[in-house]
Amino acid sequence: MSILLAAEGDGFVSPGPSDFVYPGILGSFVTKPILIIVLGTLAVGVFYYLAARRAAVVPDKMQFAGESLYGFVRNDIALDAIGHEGMKFVPYLATLFSFIAVLNLSGIIPFLQFPATSSIAIPLFLAVVSWVIFLYQGIKRQGFVKYFKDMMFPPGIPWPVYILLAPIEFFSTVIVRPLTLTLRLTFNMFAGHLVLLLFILGGEYLLVHYGGIVGIAAGSVSLLGSIVLTFFEGFVQILQAYVFTLLSALYIGGALADEH
Amino acid sequence: MTGSLNMVGYGLAAIGPGVGIGLIFAAYISGVARQPESRAMLQSIAILGFALAEALAIIGIGLAFALK
Repeated sequence: MSILLAAEGDGFVSPGPSDFVYPGILGSFVTKPILIIVLGTLAVGVFYYLAARRAAVVPDKMQFAGESLYGFVRNDIALDAIGHEGMKFVPYLATLFSFIAVLNLSGIIPFLQFPATSSIAIPLFLAVVSWVIFLYQGIKRQGFVKYFKDMMFPPGIPWPVYILLAPIEFFSTVIVRPLTLTLRLTFNMFAGHLVLLLFILGGEYLLVHYGGIVGIAAGSVSLLGSIVLTFFEGFVQILQAYVFTLLSALYIGGALADEH
Repeated sequence: MTGSLNMVGYGLAAIGPGVGIGLIFAAYISGVARQPESRAMLQSIAILGFALAEALAIIGIGLAFALK
């Protein structure tokens, strides 16, 4: 604790939200997150192109990698969460999963080292796409009135409860769902990047500027800890891509199911 | 010592989701220990519950930075 206090007094600036604002590289529009999005999109596209280019009965390495990823999304997400109707949503879900995973992993790839999904615009846009899809599927399948009636008035409940329940159900399905999808992904990446920044910048400060036996010992522990945390971040980033895709699939599955 | 009380508040707010996530995975582990063949089914349910409980902590950190 005394180390931390002394470090703050001597001018260690702890990382904060301002570390997520990047100056423009070319003009004010092209910033580092924008470049990462373009690179990530290209990486996903090229990966699936190479995987599908020479489709054969005996797959080569690229085809095997692509099919493993696609098969994982199909079997463990789409078919599990939606059922047999999930097959037609597999292309969307696989794209969603790989896109989010690549943009998340840019947080631990050397030289990029910024998770582009920690800018709220990207998860917000993806969540709105999922939101539009599940509402559209629900309305198309059950009709506008029946879909919202089933959502807000589940059967088998005494009628006075509906006064309380109907607004809550509407609020939680139409407003809270896209909001939590967005915030969960954004702030997981935000917090993870902040923790990595704190360990690396703090370790550097302790080693170089604070000095002394205490500074060197604490700084080394901090930098070694940052390596462990980087691997942990990688795990969290894949997990969050999975969670986003799984929840999107569950919402679509819920909209397609006849009874609620 | 300078700083924002928001961060102390966030630390307190994170206790709830922390306990919740612990309970979810405790139930998942004991379920798999009793019936190892149900692992695949329990896993996606456990991760779903984890994601829903974690949303509270995530909303907390969002508000800790957003509210002044």
